[in-house]
Amino acid sequence: MVAKIYITLKSGVLDPQGKTIHHALSSLGYDEVQGVRLGKYVVMQIGDGDPEKARGRIEEMCRRLLANPVIEEYRFEIEGGE
Amino acid sequence: MRCGVVVFPGSNCDHDCYHVLKHVMGWPVDYIWHKQKDLKGYDLVLLPGGFSYGDYLRAGAIARFSPIMNELNGFAEKGGLVLGICNGFQVLLESGLLPGAMLMNRGLRFICRYVHIRVENNSLPFTGSCKKGQALHIPIAHQEGCYYNDPEAISEMEKGGQVVFRYCSPESEIDDRYNPNGSSGNIAGVCNRQGNVLGMMPHPERCSEAVLGSEDGRLIFSSLLKVAEGVSI
Repeated sequence: MVAKIYITLKSGVLDPQGKTIHHALSSLGYDEVQGVRLGKYVVMQIGDGDPEKARGRIEEMCRRLLANPVIEEYRFEIEGGE
Repeated sequence: MRCGVVVFPGSNCDHDCYHVLKHVMGWPVDYIWHKQKDLKGYDLVLLPGGFSYGDYLRAGAIARFSPIMNELNGFAEKGGLVLGICNGFQVLLESGLLPGAMLMNRGLRFICRYVHIRVENNSLPFTGSCKKGQALHIPIAHQEGCYYNDPEAISEMEKGGQVVFRYCSPESEIDDRYNPNGSSGNIAGVCNRQGNVLGMMPHPERCSEAVLGSEDGRLIFSSLLKVAEGVSI
């Protein structure tokens, strides 16, 4: 199985990198861009097994290490498996 | 005052801290490798600056799972004194021993220069030698030093005296102009509810001797002298 995990800053939390990228896109003429938030993308290989169990374990990994709940939120999807 | 300086892979201010504790303050000091599991006999445990685990994922995020951190939790619970400087502060935030989190500086750059910080709470073991409202001249050196916590949490912290230092002008004025990194409320240092765990981004160990340009940092260590006799874990 492969888990794809997306970690982003909570809305309202300052994201100077996102702002800078937004500014760069605007100066390239992409005026339709209304906002940019930069995040992290984690791809994780997981030994085959029960996807439901994997879901619980990944949730725990996100809470304990991958994301900091004070500033970040996360979501993930699992591909493969039964 | 028996002191321990924790060494994580990537710590790089450990020797400076050791030097100040041992040669400036004259206290017995040990380096404590992060895999050690015993803090018995120590009065003060210092988490130094640096780039533990290369700051991978988030600064301090990996170091907080080092074996010594479990022990540090118990040590702090029993009232032991814990001081986290720069990366040490980030580790304490990640571990939950201190409230809040660090974001990248709003200017996105690594900042290494002298700033002023105002002492907001001088009733801590770490600040007793400072005057309330005093501006300390002290260097910072970080890229992830923009302190963040949600506004309700910060107002709770303020009520409890947990906001210990704020970036300010040389005359102790608090304004966004004197905020080097975008920290909420200009916050440069915070403590836990009990007041025995302090985290600060500026480096007191880099300004504890006149030859280095400022001695203001020594106030943090000399404050501990006042409590040295009463503390024994």
